[in-house]
Amino acid sequence: MNLDWAHFTPGSSLAGGLLIGLSVAAFLLLNGRVLGISGILGGLLRPIKGDLGWRLAFLLGLLASAWLTAFFMPANWVLSARIDASEGALMLAGLLVGLGTRYGSGCTSGHGVCGLSRLSPRSMVATLTFMLMGFLVVYVLKHGF
Amino acid sequence: MGFKGQKMKHRVSEFLVGLLFGLGLMLSGMTDPSKVLGFLDLFGAWDPSLAFVMGGAVGVGALAYVFAKKKSTSFFGNALDFSDSSDIDRPLVIGAAMFGAGWGLAGFCPGPAIVCMGSGQSKAILFVVFMLLGMLLFELLEFVRHQKRTPQA
Repeated sequence: MNLDWAHFTPGSSLAGGLLIGLSVAAFLLLNGRVLGISGILGGLLRPIKGDLGWRLAFLLGLLASAWLTAFFMPANWVLSARIDASEGALMLAGLLVGLGTRYGSGCTSGHGVCGLSRLSPRSMVATLTFMLMGFLVVYVLKHGF
Repeated sequence: MGFKGQKMKHRVSEFLVGLLFGLGLMLSGMTDPSKVLGFLDLFGAWDPSLAFVMGGAVGVGALAYVFAKKKSTSFFGNALDFSDSSDIDRPLVIGAAMFGAGWGLAGFCPGPAIVCMGSGQSKAILFVVFMLLGMLLFELLEFVRHQKRTPQA
């Protein structure tokens, strides 16, 4: 195994992780809710009266993070995203992520962060599964052929 | 504070939590699919940054959950949602495997994809549209399954 020192960002990644943890803590302790993006999105597609406002408020905030940083924040906060996947791959990946996260009841935030934070065996299994599958798919795509 | 005020307090908090979460994702570098794929590529030039993100997030999150378990309600006075299902079943594993495959294919999971969509990247918008279609497909399959289980008399 060799490390990619050029792209490794332990400091800002840890700092960003702490902010993510803080938002999980605030959502739980203030609003009483689990911060899971796929569940928040999925609930919009099964509309129940009185259950939409909090989802929309959260998602608006999430979108606003991209809008506000573009104007007000120093350069290292501004979103830089290199999307290498082809259009076809993105469509297939989108379907898999949408269906899979709903079928498996969570994604990186709900299972990965919240679930591991409370030592949920269910979330540990889910996190291990999607991590291993991610490693496997990238291995096959990059080194398999 | 009246009902309206309570509601407003919640909406403002939810918005700010979403904002903070998005800022954390951005600062961590996780809104960049190539960086996520750099973590998932264990046998190439490996970028362990994602492990630091998870470490920081779970560290703070664990403290919050330890604290929350001693309480019965949130600071705003409503019930705490622990969603305490403990079943390790087929849907959990199959769903997580599908998610992992899509994650490895594009480098996007739902949160970062939404933030990237906010920045107006057309490829991120495409991903989110198909992610929502995948979620709709789930709702459709659930609906069909439910209909089969409870046939109309």
